Amino acid sequence: MNLFFQQIINGLTLGSIYGLVALGLTLVYGILHIPNFAHGALYMVGAFMSYFFMVDLGVHYWVAMAGSAAVVAILGILCERLVFHPLRNSPPIHDKIAAIGVLLFLEATIQMFWGSDFRRMSSPFTGIMNFDGLIIPEQRLLIIVGAFTLVIGLQLFLRKTMTGATIIAMAQSREGAFLVGIDSNRVAMMTFGISGALAAVAASLYAPINLVYPAMGHLVIMKAFVIIILGGMGSVPGAIVGGMIIGFAEAFGGFYISTAYKDIIAFGLLVLILSARPQGLFAKGAH
Amino acid sequence: MLFKLGSLFMKPGAKMALLALAIVFPALASNEYQVYVMASAFVWAIAVYGLNIITGYCGQLNLAHGGFFAIGAYTLGLLTSDAGWSFWPAFVAALLVTAVLGFLVGVVSLRLKEHYFAIFTLCVGFIIYLLMDKWEELTHGPVGVRDIAAPYGFGVVDFTETTPFYYLVLAFLVFSIWFMGRLSRSLLGRTFIAIRNGDELAQSLGINLMRNKVLAFVLSTTYAGLAGALYAGMVRFIGPEEANIIHTFDMITYLLVGGIGTLTGPLLGTISIVWITQSLQFLEEYRMILFGPLLVVLVIFFPRGINGQFLTWMHHKAQTLSPAKKKKSSKVQTATSGEVKNNA
Repeated sequence: MNLFFQQIINGLTLGSIYGLVALGLTLVYGILHIPNFAHGALYMVGAFMSYFFMVDLGVHYWVAMAGSAAVVAILGILCERLVFHPLRNSPPIHDKIAAIGVLLFLEATIQMFWGSDFRRMSSPFTGIMNFDGLIIPEQRLLIIVGAFTLVIGLQLFLRKTMTGATIIAMAQSREGAFLVGIDSNRVAMMTFGISGALAAVAASLYAPINLVYPAMGHLVIMKAFVIIILGGMGSVPGAIVGGMIIGFAEAFGGFYISTAYKDIIAFGLLVLILSARPQGLFAKGAH
Repeated sequence: MLFKLGSLFMKPGAKMALLALAIVFPALASNEYQVYVMASAFVWAIAVYGLNIITGYCGQLNLAHGGFFAIGAYTLGLLTSDAGWSFWPAFVAALLVTAVLGFLVGVVSLRLKEHYFAIFTLCVGFIIYLLMDKWEELTHGPVGVRDIAAPYGFGVVDFTETTPFYYLVLAFLVFSIWFMGRLSRSLLGRTFIAIRNGDELAQSLGINLMRNKVLAFVLSTTYAGLAGALYAGMVRFIGPEEANIIHTFDMITYLLVGGIGTLTGPLLGTISIVWITQSLQFLEEYRMILFGPLLVVLVIFFPRGINGQFLTWMHHKAQTLSPAKKKKSSKVQTATSGEVKNNA
């Protein structure tokens, strides 16, 4: 029973991280229809920024996380301005190749400064909470609570504020948004900023129970793609539900089936689902 | 004048001159290492030609291409080392395996469009990598495959030496380019281009999308398998890293630098980038700091690469130099501009 409960906690932790990364990806896709292959690199840069602020500058975990979110948000906005904005009228294949270019550049740059070693980043939350025999490490609890808070905050922002509503409007209909006078540049920049910040926070939350290295974004980004395909590209609730599905599949699959092949589970699921339903699991109609 | 220079470059004579240059290259090279580098550039070029079929002509960004390259290499490696086959039967088997796997993956993945296809193939490429890394009983896992047989020669030729192997690879490359040229001028090649220019339009012309896309995919994976098998025969030691996604990205860079969807593009792009990387050895690990932004700049400013840019430029020169002929040649022009866009 206890082991089973442990897997639930693991699933929730993984699902929260994947959900946050997928959320950024799906927001960008919803607005600009770009599968941002560089998103995993933003995630990785987020982890390294937190590491840099915490270990090299010695600031507190929370400050480091905020700093990292700010840096990666600016990086995301720069990507939009310098790379994706000039390509807005090009064939879709160009966006994808440019995104790959950004990914390669960010990875190589980080590798140049920090090398390709695996690094460990400690957080102040190393304790273990004991609920009547059910053990939860503090960092995992922090991840779950943090992710849920962020998701609720983002939902409130998107649904209740005017600025957030412009993002939804753009995602629903580009032309419609233009007609009511929404500035598409502003919305695009804002979306990239939010998406980058989400990736950085996810990375900073997850880094203390994982390792920090330049290739850390690869698996995460591919799983995030699997998630947004499951949840329907551009759908916010879909990203969260999809994240949880993959998180739980991995936690339970890794425990009950095979640890070595746990990373294949997500991709196997994708292959199965797309073979049966080429438009994704929850996608309705064209978009 | 310039136009004449350019048309000279495209004349059949130029092809012969290039071929002659490639044939005498080992004699001109100052050491054996340079011949080896050139041979490896040719191997990559063959793989890039494959990528050009599915991505350049047919317009589907296949991110599992490096994975199929690795499958070709592994098939040859495992058959010659563990199963004890000799080189050429294993070589044929490698082509068949990549073709069959390409067919299976293609049938599933090509039902997806655009982004979904790219993401799906990205995942397929990663599954291939994970299997090579984790399935230790078959692939030896991270240790890799050793003792791969080298191609044995027929009679007097011995392909285990660098220079004869260079000619072997050159022969395969020439065949690949020749086949590609035939393909791009054939009805089938034009069908692929029609699909790239618009799925629905192509379908309304009576083109069977699925069948043609799968055919393009199988052709491209077979090219990848051919290159992978040659690579295994050349390096004779392979590991899961051959399936690393970075190789697919490398090939996209070669293709884009040379000119996507053109006949000479893959060759130009591969050879120039391989040599640039060679001369900047110290950059090896950090080459992506240059190549990443290069990719971005290319797709923004020169989406047709060196070759495409050159052809467009020639075309403009031709127009400005002969305004008198403009009317007469308007028909020809539309034909050539189509050529520039499509298959140059």
